Amino acid sequence: MSARYGMVIDLDRCTGCGACMMACAAENNVPPVPRATPRTGLTPMLVRKVSNGGEGVDRREVFIPIMCMHCERETPCVGVCPQQAVEVDKATGIVMQMPQRCLGCRYCMTACPYHARYFNWWDPQWPAGMEKALNPGVAVRMRGVVEKCNLCHARLHSATQKAAATGKREINPADYVPACVEACPTAAIRFGNLADKHDPLSLEVRSPDTFRFLTRLGTEPKVYYKSKEAWVRALAESNSGSGVETKRG
Amino acid sequence: MARTPLVFGLGLAVALLVGWVAFPRVLYVQRHQPLEFRHKTHAEKSGIVQCSECHAFRDDGTFAGIPSIAICTACHSERIGTTNAEATLVENYIKPGQETPWLVYARQPANVWFPHAVHVQRAALECRECHSPYGESDEVRIYQLNRVSGYSRDIWGPSISRLRRAPHEGMKMSDCEDCHRRRNVEVGCIGCHQ
Ligand code: HEC
Ligand code: HEC
Ligand code: HEC
Ligand code: HEC
Ligand code: HEC
Repeated sequence: MSARYGMVIDLDRCTGCGACMMACAAENNVPPVPRATPRTGLTPMLVRKVSNGGEGVDRREVFIPIMCMHCERETPCVGVCPQQAVEVDKATGIVMQMPQRCLGCRYCMTACPYHARYFNWWDPQWPAGMEKALNPGVAVRMRGVVEKCNLCHARLHSATQKAAATGKREINPADYVPACVEACPTAAIRFGNLADKHDPLSLEVRSPDTFRFLTRLGTEPKVYYKSKEAWVRALAESNSGSGVETKRG
Repeated sequence: MARTPLVFGLGLAVALLVGWVAFPRVLYVQRHQPLEFRHKTHAEKSGIVQCSECHAFRDDGTFAGIPSIAICTACHSERIGTTNAEATLVENYIKPGQETPWLVYARQPANVWFPHAVHVQRAALECRECHSPYGESDEVRIYQLNRVSGYSRDIWGPSISRLRRAPHEGMKMSDCEDCHRRRNVEVGCIGCHQ
């Protein structure tokens, strides 16, 4: 039985600390890009700050970690890729990006309703000594290709390998936890297998406080959000970027 | 006019010679391994019967690959034979405590993820299916480096035409996939790439 990995991000718990962004960058060999503007950086995981537009005591703010939503159906980035470098992995449901095959046309970036894809405008450059600390399980991308969250697939590889060593096909769920989930100090990001009815995540996504962004597009994202605040849930279908500030790390 | 077929034939012959004989020679540089290590000697004289005593799996399923110098030190802390190769091992690597800079014939590009545990421990494949009977051989091979890609020649395989005489010749993406297809294994891009 194939897995469908997904997440619930509890926005009421998110403090906007950015630990998920740092953990993501460290895990996935995302280089620092000092020359980047908010449009040219590399942030497979990006914490955005959104307000309700009110003033004074009426003002409310929320931090929203945005990443690839791993759309299950009609995945917008898959169809537009002229290279077949994007695919919804059959075994895991991960929408995977193959930088090796990418030719850099950036159609997928245009197609992505969540702006969760990033282009390597420069060759990666590491601060002295950092190249020794790179994760050997993730190949460094070159200039001219698109990248995004692959749901820490290197950790899935390790888990697969560990299970295989004992002859098993099923991985131990405790062995496959993405870096952002692990790093979140308030446990706001939860991860699990939505295809498994007994996974706590499968129950959580049915809670009335849980929502997904832009469901009207019919892409069935596998990343869910959660909040008890009605105005936050109302953001789910809003188009406007007003009140959105980008936090960059 | 009468010379046309001759010129054509000659041109074709030159082109074929350049393509099939000269090109591979230019394309690959030969490199020697740092030591004349012999698998056969060890199988016969060292008392080690299992490949896994040197090529070990760790508990987390990772494959140690070529053994580290610590394993050699167990027997070779002092010279036990009379060969020059062993003297080099002891003097240049074991005494200074340096790792031997082995060249890995099978080394894949950095973006490939290959799990030995899946193939050897779960699917019970033999080493020779992918590596030829090298593990029983009596000599170290010469390593050939592709000047253009920087990869070992073993990835493309010995034959420039890629007509394979044995299944282990060459390990391009299509070769991994050939075996997977034969055995009904389905792996997505992300399964083999990292
Ligand atoms: C269990 C003991 C043992 C271990 C472990 C061992 N060797 Fe040996 N090695 C031998 C014996 C026995 C010989 C044969 C000596 C002779 O008669 O010349 C030998 C011979 C050699 C020689 C001489 C050339 C030849 O015939 O192969 C080299 C080089 C060598 N070993 C390298 C290594 C390296 C490198 C390692 C570590 C990866 C290693 N050995 C680990 C026992 C061992
Ligand atoms: C004494 C330790 C020892 C034992 C036992 C041993 N090997 Fe090795 N093996 C080595 C060393 C050292 C190298 C690196 C030098 C070389 O390439 O020959 C190596 C290299 C190899 C390589 C080449 C990998 C590459 O692509 O560069 C293969 C294949 C291999 N061994 C297979 C085997 C098999 C199969 C067995 C069991 C039949 C075996 N070995 C037993 C020490 C050992
Ligand atoms: C299904 C094919 C396959 C089988 C079976 C297989 N190997 Fe390999 N082996 C590979 C590939 C591919 C690589 C290169 C891996 C890489 O570069 O990431 C490799 C690499 C190696 C290396 C060098 C690794 C390093 O990083 O130093 C050794 C040593 C080796 N194999 C030994 C063995 C032994 C011993 C066995 C049997 C127990 C075995 N292999 C079985 C395909 C295979
Ligand atoms: C000689 C046949 C053979 C060759 C060659 C081969 N494989 Fe495999 N591979 C298998 C088999 C059999 C399985 C299924 C093992 C199982 O499920 O128990 C497999 C499974 C896999 C898996 C799936 C792991 C999982 O369960 O998610 C990966 C990844 C993989 N191979 C990578 C490679 C790569 C990369 C190469 C080429 C460098 C390669 N294989 C070459 C036979 C082969
Ligand atoms: C069975 C394992 C396997 C699968 C599945 C697989 N690949 Fe590969 N791929 C490899 C290996 C091994 C190499 C390196 C050897 C070579 O160059 O052929 C490679 C090389 C490549 C390269 C060339 C990269 C370079 O640096 O030269 C591209 C591009 C690529 N793969 C894309 C893909 C895409 C896209 C998919 C999914 C449709 C995919 N691969 C699926 C094993 C695999």
